[in-house]
Amino acid sequence: MKLLGVTIAIARNTFTELVRQKVFYFLMIFALLVIGNSAFMAKFSFQEQFQMLKDISLGAMSVFGSLIAILATANFLPKDMEDRTIYTILAKPVPRFSYLLGKLCGIFGLLAVSILLMSALFLAVLWIREGTVLNETRAQLQGATAEEIAAAVKEVTNATFNINLIPGIVVIFFKSALLASLTLFLSTFATSSIFTILMATALYFIGHLQSTAREYWLAGVDVHWWSRLLAALVSLLFPDLQAFNLTDDIIAGAAVPMTLFAGTIGLGLLYISVYFSLAALVFSDREL
Amino acid sequence: MKWRKTSALALLCLFGASLLPIQARLNNDARAAHLRKTALNLNLRERIGQAGFLAALSGFRSPLAAILWIQAHTAWENTEWGRMAGTFDTVTTLQPRSILYWDMSAWHMAWNAAVAAMQNEKQPSEALRIRSQREYFRLGRDFLERGILNNPDSYQLYVQLGIVLRDKFEDHCGAADTFLKAAALPGAPSYCARFAGYEMAKCPGREREAYEHLRQLYLQGDKQRLPSLINLLRDMEKRLDIPQGERIDSSAHSNKT
Repeated sequence: MKLLGVTIAIARNTFTELVRQKVFYFLMIFALLVIGNSAFMAKFSFQEQFQMLKDISLGAMSVFGSLIAILATANFLPKDMEDRTIYTILAKPVPRFSYLLGKLCGIFGLLAVSILLMSALFLAVLWIREGTVLNETRAQLQGATAEEIAAAVKEVTNATFNINLIPGIVVIFFKSALLASLTLFLSTFATSSIFTILMATALYFIGHLQSTAREYWLAGVDVHWWSRLLAALVSLLFPDLQAFNLTDDIIAGAAVPMTLFAGTIGLGLLYISVYFSLAALVFSDREL
Repeated sequence: MKWRKTSALALLCLFGASLLPIQARLNNDARAAHLRKTALNLNLRERIGQAGFLAALSGFRSPLAAILWIQAHTAWENTEWGRMAGTFDTVTTLQPRSILYWDMSAWHMAWNAAVAAMQNEKQPSEALRIRSQREYFRLGRDFLERGILNNPDSYQLYVQLGIVLRDKFEDHCGAADTFLKAAALPGAPSYCARFAGYEMAKCPGREREAYEHLRQLYLQGDKQRLPSLINLLRDMEKRLDIPQGERIDSSAHSNKT
């Protein structure tokens, strides 16, 4: 119970520290992107407008989520060592495990708040645009039958809000959390934050190709042994980030089955817990 | 410290191996829901450039498709039909699940580009203008056919393909079959079945089938009893010499409603 209190205190402290670093300024860029995009899209048909607004907003949410996860996580261990706060904390009866968990939870909190704020902004812009398009549609259909107006309104509302957007946003959070956890693992044996950031970025790209490597390896194509070995290593060592890209299909209007959504979340939780455990294993013996 | 790093690596491999069945199951679930995208290839790499390809590899296919769609729109404003066709091809490769992209690409090709090709003042030869127009018709149909392959559960693309076959290729038999397929899909509006009947009536050798189909629709009630359907049925009754008592105007049929 005491350990839980310590972990929560570290998490809260990490969150406050990150907020003080003015991390949320990125929201201004996001707002500019979403609102600017929305204003620029007026010349397109409403289906195109909504599709592009969703594409660009969810894409930006994914980019910002991943960036925050990598940069915030890569920075905290070297920074705590430079500021010597880590020595003050670990000199007290705080296990290294709790220290890492608290830090990671603080970053998860920051990611959750960031993604919530971006979602709120995105949904607000979508709602405003929907209102504008609905008013225009009603004005154009003056004199039409009630049935025709209802059908046109339904077409507009179907193109805007889709309940599947919520699982899409949740999956973006889990992908960012996974990246934070992976970056934490890297930072436990890295010597500098630049190394961690570079490695995490490289792993981000490799992670998106993991599924291709896995299929290549498991298909048993008759190629050089070293080529298959490489594919096997990529499949075993790196996370499958492509599994977390459900938003492309959600934006296109595809329904994501509940089993697939739950499976993706489960996979994310597994990755997060394993990377965190490995980070704790390496960090437990690290000389500070 | 060193043995911990080695054991962490070994544990990571073990974890990766234990995840293989889960990943395979998720992959199968995604395939079953038609959520697995087409693989990126070198041809696409040439079309979208290195930065674009990198973005596509990093899971940003959809935003990249949106940006390219804006470029295609600019090309449309400048009536650069060839550039539009290439960009549409890239957009639909990047985001094959979007009905909107397939539908709009086909519409631009089969209607706008085809008309522009026919009215091209720079081309004095009418034969070449017609050839170019047909090429755009074919491109439009090709977009819809590929769209259907990627979205077999979408009635919208079948409807659009039916319209292209009807209006641009005058292939009434093909259009009838396509509208029938659309009508069988979930969420299809009632006009799909009517359109199928209208086209079937123009398809040589299928008049009787068309009559039966349209009659079935008529019997469904007021929703399908549009003036065009009633007029066509009356015309077919005369052509097929349907006995007076079985005609739609007979009291027996009127009472059924």
